[in-house]
Amino acid sequence: MPEISRADVEHLSALAHIAMTDEELDKMTGELGVIVDSVKSVQEAAADEVPATSHPVELRNVFRRDEVGHVFTAEESLANAPDAQDGRFKVPAIMDGE
Amino acid sequence: MSQSTTDAAPLSFEAALETYEPVMGFEIHVELNTATKMFSSAPNAFGDDPNTNVNEVDLGMPGALPVLNGAAVESAIKLGLALNCQIASFCRFARKQYFYPDTPKNWQTSQYDEPIAFDGHLDVELDDGEVFRIEIERAHMEEDAGKLTHAGGTGRIQGSEYSLVDYNRAGVPLIEIVTKPITGAGARAPELARAYATAVRDIVKGLNISEARMERGNVRCDANVSLMPKGSATFGTRSETKNVNSLRAVEHAVHYEIRRHAGVLSAGGSVVQETRHWKEDSRTTSSGRPKSDADDYRYFPEPDLVPISVTADWVEQLRAQLPEPPAERRRRLREAWGFSEAEFRDVVAAGLIDQIEETVAHGAAPAAARKWWMGEISRLAKTRDADPAALDVQPATVVELNQLVEQGRINDKIARQVLEHHLAGEGAPSHIVTVRGLEVVSDDGALTAAVEKAMAENPDVVEKVQGGKLKAIGALIGPVMKETQGQADAAKVKEIVLEKLGMTP
Amino acid sequence: MSDLITLTAAQMAAKLAAGEISSVELTQAHLDRIAAVDGEINAFLHVNADEALETAAEVDRLRAAGGAQADALHPLAGVPVAVKDLIVTRGQPTTSGSKMLEGWMSPYDATVVTKIRQAKLPILGKTNLDEFAMGSSTEHSAYGPTRNPWDTSRIPGGSGGGSAAAVAAFEAPLALGTDTGGSIRQPAAVTGTVGTKPTYGSVSRYGAIAMASSLDQIGPAARTVEDAALLHELIAGHDPKDSTSLPEPVPGFGTAAGNHEVAGMRIGVIKQLQGTGYQDAVLARFQESLELLRSAGAQIVEVDCPSFEYALGAYYLIMSSEASSNMARFDGVRYGQRVLPDQPPVTIERVMGATRAAGFGEEVKRRIILGTYALSAGYYDAYYGSAQKIRTLIQRDFEAAFASADVLISPTSPTVAFPLGEKLQDPMAMYLNDIATIPANLAGIPAISVPGGLAEGLPVGVQFLAPARGDAEVYHAGRALEKLLNDDAGTPVWAQVPDMEVAK
Repeated sequence: MPEISRADVEHLSALAHIAMTDEELDKMTGELGVIVDSVKSVQEAAADEVPATSHPVELRNVFRRDEVGHVFTAEESLANAPDAQDGRFKVPAIMDGE
Repeated sequence: MSQSTTDAAPLSFEAALETYEPVMGFEIHVELNTATKMFSSAPNAFGDDPNTNVNEVDLGMPGALPVLNGAAVESAIKLGLALNCQIASFCRFARKQYFYPDTPKNWQTSQYDEPIAFDGHLDVELDDGEVFRIEIERAHMEEDAGKLTHAGGTGRIQGSEYSLVDYNRAGVPLIEIVTKPITGAGARAPELARAYATAVRDIVKGLNISEARMERGNVRCDANVSLMPKGSATFGTRSETKNVNSLRAVEHAVHYEIRRHAGVLSAGGSVVQETRHWKEDSRTTSSGRPKSDADDYRYFPEPDLVPISVTADWVEQLRAQLPEPPAERRRRLREAWGFSEAEFRDVVAAGLIDQIEETVAHGAAPAAARKWWMGEISRLAKTRDADPAALDVQPATVVELNQLVEQGRINDKIARQVLEHHLAGEGAPSHIVTVRGLEVVSDDGALTAAVEKAMAENPDVVEKVQGGKLKAIGALIGPVMKETQGQADAAKVKEIVLEKLGMTP
Repeated sequence: MSDLITLTAAQMAAKLAAGEISSVELTQAHLDRIAAVDGEINAFLHVNADEALETAAEVDRLRAAGGAQADALHPLAGVPVAVKDLIVTRGQPTTSGSKMLEGWMSPYDATVVTKIRQAKLPILGKTNLDEFAMGSSTEHSAYGPTRNPWDTSRIPGGSGGGSAAAVAAFEAPLALGTDTGGSIRQPAAVTGTVGTKPTYGSVSRYGAIAMASSLDQIGPAARTVEDAALLHELIAGHDPKDSTSLPEPVPGFGTAAGNHEVAGMRIGVIKQLQGTGYQDAVLARFQESLELLRSAGAQIVEVDCPSFEYALGAYYLIMSSEASSNMARFDGVRYGQRVLPDQPPVTIERVMGATRAAGFGEEVKRRIILGTYALSAGYYDAYYGSAQKIRTLIQRDFEAAFASADVLISPTSPTVAFPLGEKLQDPMAMYLNDIATIPANLAGIPAISVPGGLAEGLPVGVQFLAPARGDAEVYHAGRALEKLLNDDAGTPVWAQVPDMEVAK
């Protein structure tokens, strides 16, 4: 497994949408390296024939009836909105205007 | 690769096909018509006030959890069966992760490597009867996103100052149908594209699992196109034209992309793998924004939902509920009704198969049923800017109207009026005829008086008739109709004129 | 300090039912205690005095009126409870200990909160935690650390340090916690209290702000095993809003906690959860507990769980992967804080980046980045995929162990409460606190931490584990050890906590 580089962390912070300063990137690169190093051993123990467990307790086929339940008013929906207009959530431009 | 080669002018379609073989692939998203969302009990409804068909689940509120809509699963299985797919005995949902403000949790709950249906096919018939088999790779369940409105600037995404988000559509159940690459269609590729989209729309409509209205986005087609040199077996780089929202546009988009790719390749350039947007006004596509997260969705099994296991019994139970496949049904009905190919195609295009079938079931002759629906009812629909099928005219009403005409109680012209009155809410045709006194005037007294008056006022016409020009009687019918407010029986008028002139009818 | 607050919840319930005390009196006594000590402890992020007193008054009114409505009251009606601030409540802010959700008012109640309201337990307020429950010391709260009532220079454990400290300091007799890798049990251990991580699915997760969905579970914090069992019984049960909620009816946990007979019970000591990394004093108390159980007729056996060696690694991969995804919704679009970037352009992408940079603390960011890495293209199989396989191996280890033992036992935490700040700059050292508690989360099985005595004046915890759906067994075993230790020492551990009001 390759070491984690600063560029990797920069890419990860972009994927995770967390802006990071140069200082933070440096610090995170160091810390992540230590953590990743310590969790590497899981690959050795996870043999091919071992099935993966995604849910700790096995359940199957949990369905909901197709019946309308509770629903918010527009006021309730927008009560916590950082910004709103015309009954909708308002967000800054999706793209840079260029 | 220089800018100039990617901007090369499209070749003509014919020139493109001389050198290249098109390869297509489709991803069709079908919005289900369930009462509630895929994972929440909020209503799945179109056209309501923004953010009123949502609850904490649809808004991605902290702590909210999804619960799968059982009806949506059954719809997915039915669609899988209608597409001749295998139904997975075990499948799961996964989180497809990307940040976008129309996606409340910043992941879409979808199916990744475990779709509910896979390995199917659909035989698609072109207008001339040629059948192509489209291989279906998979059909999987997922949820829709909310709706973004770009405001300020031009109203388009580029240059807008801000965007507004309505999450009513977020969480609406979707089934995405993915084909395998389609080769060998050659020049018929655009036609086939349209025929395939039509077939899928008809299937979901026939299954009654979707409203299937493309203009509302109930059925959305993404068309992948690539070209390979004739004789080659290696696919070229593809483009993906998104959200083509009419059957005709699907055809045009494929047509255009074939020409565009050919232009780029012939100029020595390479096609860029990208999303394209369909522009209806110019019937062209434009380069879309490359999504920054597109290369890494970080899928993993959705821990908040448990796996689905579909037993053979369940599959068979649902299979038994499937309607006759649309293609088979059309073949059967066309033969039973005795329509010509052209006549039948027009009926299909008008979306009136169900109406005519029911009208025939109520006792009308197929030709009469076709005449009413394709004629007068379609005309009235057009004046109202509506689909004929959507007008409030019941097949039983059409049968009643038709009988009134056949019995000679009203004529065609009056029948049209009756239909208008019916649409205005005046009740059943026979009721309208009675209340409005529209019954054909065949009582000899009134009619004879009207005929005598018309003859007296038109001596020249009378002279022509006497001279043997029987067709001239038509010129007398108008005045008689006027006199009787249109209620005269034309045949009867003719009879009286001839009688008056001592000629044998 | 009022004598009322040092009663157990079961005793409070009995006195309320008998009409000896009123719920208003009881609730006010706890509110007074909070006012007196919480400036120092910082267990509460929000105190819900008015609503709590209203609920208390309603219970008193119903009891006074008698009749069917009084008879229908839940046995715990009128006994106050505190709620970890990771669990959403209408009418009170829910912050998750994060700046991201400062001022956020949930438009809905968590299912456990609905159950508590229906049973009419006055809710005293919301308790402190590591931000989004990510931590083992409550030092990662954006609203300052909670202090351990046994020694206010030390940590109360985490992430549920607020709930544990509130219970230990008599600010509440009962509290709700959440446990992803030990966040109920480890704080219980270091504060001399009891905490249970129920079987995955025993309690609805609806309304618990998710950290790692396949590991999270809500559970009770209390001073006695019986109290924890009673609260667990109240909040458990199938919830149609949580797909992973168990469909079976709730067993009588309170009844199980009344049984202290251990004669013939096979108790398995997990070989891998002792030795290196565990403080001597912790191991010494643990051995004493084993001796007491043996002398009471329990059969002590050793069980081998070789895959536990990989548990911490698997846990950190699964937990961070799921957490990175669950934290994605905090983007400043629909709720919570929105922070604009310092420099133009102000696009939504950049606003999300700035919002998440400002709203999340260091530990949350660390886990998001680790989880993003573990799930990213090319690494999934090596990390998340492998970790899910380890999970299978750990389940198999437990299965084998439960073939030879009815319950398993281990120290809850390798150390007693450490001083504030000691491990804050060393994430790996902090993670090691969870070494004994995470296997239960990976396997979905129930586990309880009960006091195991004191080491140099600080509490030590003992953990019991049982097979999935065997929650009643951990209460039975926990109650047995609790009684043996109380009888041996002549007083419960929790009663020995220094009296803060006197100390002042």
